Amino acid sequence: MSIAGNSLFLFCAVLALISALGTIIVRSPIRAAMSLLTHIVALSGLFLTLHAHLLAALQLLVYAGAVVVLFVFVIMLLGPGVTDPPTSRGLVARTVAASLMGLLTLGLASALAPLKPERAEIAACANGEPECKQFGGVDGFSQDLYVAGAVPFELISILLTVAIVGAIAVARGRSAEEARAAERAKAERAAAAAALSKRERELSAEVVASGGH
Amino acid sequence: MIQLGHYLVLSSLVFGIGATGFLIRRNALIQLMCIELMLNAVNLMLVAFNRWNPESHAGQRFAFFVIAVAAAEAAVGLAIVLGVFRLTKTVFTDQVNKLKH
Repeated sequence: MSIAGNSLFLFCAVLALISALGTIIVRSPIRAAMSLLTHIVALSGLFLTLHAHLLAALQLLVYAGAVVVLFVFVIMLLGPGVTDPPTSRGLVARTVAASLMGLLTLGLASALAPLKPERAEIAACANGEPECKQFGGVDGFSQDLYVAGAVPFELISILLTVAIVGAIAVARGRSAEEARAAERAKAERAAAAAALSKRERELSAEVVASGGH
Repeated sequence: MIQLGHYLVLSSLVFGIGATGFLIRRNALIQLMCIELMLNAVNLMLVAFNRWNPESHAGQRFAFFVIAVAAAEAAVGLAIVLGVFRLTKTVFTDQVNKLKH
């Protein structure tokens, strides 16, 4: 890898780590979302150093363009009640969880660190052509995706459709008519319960009037 | 010289940060963001492994599908957070206890 590639890796790696830490540390969700955005941009840069050009573009489009925007929309919709209040509740449990997770992560990282296999070279396009079905490019990746991954690709489109319908069904509130119907049903239930308790009182009064047991 | 190990260490650190955040935060929105962090870390690992075996695009294909699943997960998860907020007026997972009583 060239000097430029190395420095891009270092810059993006440090940025990704700092912004990932920022996402879980800051109290305000909107700042966490901005931190997540930085993390996604840094990861996109890392994909570039791995010769995954199409995935880098997709990462920016899907995550930065759609997922983070959705997060920001929901945070704005919910209003000021979503910022964590300063609390020390469950501090011991959280410390224990964080340190256990940290140990696990360090173990995983130290197990993976010594991996140094030989890296395969990827030939550049001849005559300075921009696209020659090389590794990670639009043409090469798409051919692989639509041949070897055709069935999962179709299944993913079904999954996305189901997710859209499900999200709308869950997030959609009651319409005015449904809300009125629910109010009527609630009032009927209350009236039935009142009538029942009145009947019980009458019955016990009759029992008392007839001299009791 | 940047080796495969560097990418794997970075990926496992980001995954650990995401998992820690999911455990220590009580805010459902930030927990969803932590899930995104973990999925992103896995994506990085898949793409890194694929770069060292460039005969096929299998790793990048998996990363593509993970991106799609993560987008669907974020949409449904945020819809659930909205529904819970409408019901209980809170997004903090330790205050959502309607099934307990």
